[in-house]
Amino acid sequence: MSSAIQVRQVHKHFGAVRALDGVDLEVKQGEFFALLGPNGAGKTTLINTLAGLARADRGELRVMGYDVVRDYREARRALGVVPQELVFDPFFTVRETLEIQSGYFGLRANDAWIDEVIARLDLTDKAHVNMRALSGGMKRRVLVAQALVHKPPVIVLDEPTAGVDVELRQGLWGFIRELNRAGHTIVLTTHYLEEAETLCSRIAMLKQGRIVALDTTHNLLNRFSGRSVRLKLCPGHLPPALKPLMQEQESGCYTLALSDYPALERVLAALRAEGVQVQELEILQADLEDVFIQIMRKREA
Amino acid sequence: MTGFYTLLYKELLRFWKVSFQTIVAPLITVLLYLLVFSQVLEEHVQPYPGVSYTAFLIPGLAMMAVLQNAFANSSSSLIQSKITGNIVFVLLPPFAYWEMFLAYTLAAVARGLAVGAGVYLFTIGFIDLPLKSPLWALMFAVLGSALLGALGIVAGIWAEKFDQLAAFQNFLIMPLTFLSGVFYSIHSLPPFWQELSRLNPFFFMIDGFRYGFFGVSDISPYASLAIVGGCFLGISLLTLWLLKIGYKLRS
Repeated sequence: MSSAIQVRQVHKHFGAVRALDGVDLEVKQGEFFALLGPNGAGKTTLINTLAGLARADRGELRVMGYDVVRDYREARRALGVVPQELVFDPFFTVRETLEIQSGYFGLRANDAWIDEVIARLDLTDKAHVNMRALSGGMKRRVLVAQALVHKPPVIVLDEPTAGVDVELRQGLWGFIRELNRAGHTIVLTTHYLEEAETLCSRIAMLKQGRIVALDTTHNLLNRFSGRSVRLKLCPGHLPPALKPLMQEQESGCYTLALSDYPALERVLAALRAEGVQVQELEILQADLEDVFIQIMRKREA
Repeated sequence: MTGFYTLLYKELLRFWKVSFQTIVAPLITVLLYLLVFSQVLEEHVQPYPGVSYTAFLIPGLAMMAVLQNAFANSSSSLIQSKITGNIVFVLLPPFAYWEMFLAYTLAAVARGLAVGAGVYLFTIGFIDLPLKSPLWALMFAVLGSALLGALGIVAGIWAEKFDQLAAFQNFLIMPLTFLSGVFYSIHSLPPFWQELSRLNPFFFMIDGFRYGFFGVSDISPYASLAIVGGCFLGISLLTLWLLKIGYKLRS
């Protein structure tokens, strides 16, 4: 079985800026994959080269095994892209927009699926409204619908939830998860890291056109910040034996790093030995934001 | 082929939905020209023996409208899509570049012919206009609008702002159409300007089109057909090449 997406040594520059600097990436079929990175890291450029909106200077990109340059027709049929910009064609209604987009991909008699997409994205009562008259959130839904209209096996969402209210975000992710369960491969970029953390099984982090981390969400969370414990003590001094573990000290509270859960027992034992009592205790889990910040900082050093 | 037909349908629908601007407005412009010029010049000019100036003027004005509107259709569609960003909806699907070329060109032909037919149908109600060989007239109208439609694709791809497109229109298309014998037979010009007119492809389109109505023209319609056909082929190849390499469309 071929990979959903294969990117090999892709380079792309705009003038002096290296937008993509030797990117290698493979996304397996059925994965829910996140592409993270600060603004200007190359996420959108990577998506554009994949979709044929931009051309790589060097390297090779494949969608469902089809080369995006040589077999561009097959590659584009296999790909649905939700662009980041809120673009629309002001001449048409929602339904016309979707019928036209479906026709572009060579599909006739696609009404049943168009109706379903419209219903799932809560657009039914807007189906015959002109695109101009829709709010930003509604336009975003239509963009998602347009990307899904040809039932592509690979769906790429470039910041689909930017500026979108909570209700739509929940609804949208519900629908996308269902598509993923039905076998569609999902790649998303987002600035909401908690979204990537809850949805995606694997994550790539991009910085200045390079991949700086690529692992399962679980491993990234474990490898980079592990856990920590925050303690309020009486008397309020940390025994010297525990000083090396200290990460932070703030208004009588100490945050100590824990390599694993048994390490907590060793901390408590050391406190007992010194006759120090624990008044408050809180276990802190790393989240993706910590990992993200750590990785981005590390590469700057 | 469904993709191609859909793109063509969308391009037709695009101008049809605003037909007041895209068909009725140019029609009125042409009728104003006709009213003013025929009123002023009818008594003074007789371009061909037995052909009144007003009758002479109508095919010229009709063809001018055909050409300008064909150009306007493909160029404005592309520049609007580029500026609003919705060009991605055409770039993401699996279109072959010739499908894009054909869809935009045919839609331009359709709009050009719609305006031209409007001018013709409206004016024959008032003025006695012969139509000696309709096939010649149709051939030149189709070929001319296809040429301008293709040129409109080139301009729409090249221009990044509306004023660049307006410059293309005002400094190239307008002078070439006006100085092409719409309002006069080039035989009435001094020799230098006659020679210069023969370098203008628009002259051959209008002269050949007029031949379809009167059976007389400044030069042989076969020569005009060959020249217009050659220009169309050249511009088409250029357009296809630009679409193929994705010039200014795919970065």
